[in-house]
Amino acid sequence: MSVETASKPIVSVPAAPVDTRSASLRAVYIIWYRDILRYWRDRWRLVASLAQPLLFLLVFGSGLSSSLGSAFGRGTGISYIQFMYPGIIGMSILFSAIFGAMSIVWDREFGFLKEVLVAPIDRWAVAIGKALGGTTQAMIQGLILLVLAPFVGVKLNLLTVMELVPLAAVLAFGLASFGVALASMMKALQGFQVVMNFLMMPMFFLSGALFPLTNLPGWMTWLTRADPASYGIDPIRRVVLANSGLPHVDSLGLTINGQVLPIPLEAAIMLGFGAILLGVAVVMFQRRD
Amino acid sequence: MAETAIEAKGLIKKYGDLVAVAGIDLEVHGGEIFGFLGPNGAGKSTTISMLCTLLTPTAGIARVAGIDVMHDPAAVRQRIGLVFQDPSLDDQLTARENLEFHAFIYSVPAPDRRRRIGEMLEMMQLTDRASSQVKTFSGGMKRRLEIARGMLHQPQILFLDEPTLGLDPQTRKSIWTHLNELRSKKGVTIFMTTHYMDEAEYCNRIAIIDQGQIAALGTPDELKAMVGGDVVTITSDQPEQAASEIKQMLGVTPSRDDGTLRMEVADGKAFVPRLVRELSAPVDTVTLRRPSLDDVFLKLTGRAIRDEEVSAKDRNRAMASRWMGRRR
Repeated sequence: MSVETASKPIVSVPAAPVDTRSASLRAVYIIWYRDILRYWRDRWRLVASLAQPLLFLLVFGSGLSSSLGSAFGRGTGISYIQFMYPGIIGMSILFSAIFGAMSIVWDREFGFLKEVLVAPIDRWAVAIGKALGGTTQAMIQGLILLVLAPFVGVKLNLLTVMELVPLAAVLAFGLASFGVALASMMKALQGFQVVMNFLMMPMFFLSGALFPLTNLPGWMTWLTRADPASYGIDPIRRVVLANSGLPHVDSLGLTINGQVLPIPLEAAIMLGFGAILLGVAVVMFQRRD
Repeated sequence: MAETAIEAKGLIKKYGDLVAVAGIDLEVHGGEIFGFLGPNGAGKSTTISMLCTLLTPTAGIARVAGIDVMHDPAAVRQRIGLVFQDPSLDDQLTARENLEFHAFIYSVPAPDRRRRIGEMLEMMQLTDRASSQVKTFSGGMKRRLEIARGMLHQPQILFLDEPTLGLDPQTRKSIWTHLNELRSKKGVTIFMTTHYMDEAEYCNRIAIIDQGQIAALGTPDELKAMVGGDVVTITSDQPEQAASEIKQMLGVTPSRDDGTLRMEVADGKAFVPRLVRELSAPVDTVTLRRPSLDDVFLKLTGRAIRDEEVSAKDRNRAMASRWMGRRR
């Protein structure tokens, strides 16, 4: 059999066409499932990831509480540690969502990503599967911290939890998408320190997790409002504290031009942020060679 | 299954000014083991990456399982199995979980998944370790698992890029046993690259690639016939003198490497007694052997394949292909 010349039209073999769309949906599921499997298998990471929020609450929270005393809260009846507690839930979600999604960089480093990228699936499936994997891990990670509520004088009820789950999901999704987008642009692990120090830490500090975003210097007001995490952590705090009988939490919350934002709007901002970054990640993944 | 599993014509890959693959034509028949042989940086991995749709050719045409690689890469990928040069398993997962993951992304129908996974584990002799995390596996076991994984979606062609790199000789041999078994039981075409000359002997046909081009193509015996008879090597304290004597008296021009002289002769058995009789220069050892693929490579390129002294250009090329490989 002779090799045909390049000028001859290409004839495809009439084999069953590959249905990449349904294959890609299955791929989203299995990529997500793998991340969850790895998450449960790595018990030490689970334990270690609880250590940091505990440290913040116990040491940072208690230390600052005693020096602030009743000066904190401006008559809202909210203690610093109560204020900080939902912020720590947000912090936990922030870090686990970004880290979880950025495990793509590890997959790339250790070769597994190749197995995924050469499969007959669309690249968007990889970005979405990873974003959902990071979202789920971060949600679990954040919601586990609810067990600490009694120790910081926060009362939980079913309504709190029911309102909290979607808000935690939205925050986790926004940041996981951010993580996937970052990972799609990073070629090696070396960039990780840069991301950690120049993106994640400022994002955390400016998010209102540790202090109220009111009465700040002008430049900082601007920066905190530009931080997408602010719009995810503020509603979590309002839901947790308001349902715990601390209704004046809004006066310590996120405002734009002095106006308190409605929770659905905050959630929509977070969701929009996530959707845009997931779009960026999909485009980045689809660029071949 | 088509008679021709893979065909390539004028395949070229350039990275800027760097020509990694400089025009390759080849045809691989269905059901054969085809070896792609050459030193590091010769363009093996780049070629295999183009055939597997992982790299887009700069020019030329390639059809794999009858499908143009540029035209419908997803269809090609569904019909080929891949075993990469670098490990690509998730070593936190078990062997079975790795296979399940693959079955999912390659759309193996749900009722077939369990059965095929069981069958491939059995064939690769990994059944008893199916539930162990891959991080506990030896290098050879990981390779076998990768081969099992590559076969899970029943590809027509299995591509292996240096499948035995870094394995000890015994493990290498067992990998070959498994590959032969796969071919005979599953009728799969195997396309592999290697720079181990001895391994190429297992292939039905071989292409020797050097500097991005095919230097020779044929069965191992056909290639060895190119050397012309037998290979005689002698070692001597005075190789200069021995070389000139051999040239004058026996009409053969030996190639010299330090104190070793190497010559290709038609009839080795008759040549050696003459050599010993005629030579006045002291000879320490004489060896006579059938030509190996190393000799073929030496004849074709003037270099031994094991030459670790790769030129700067080769190194750049290898780096470029590695880098491009990592990018995706």
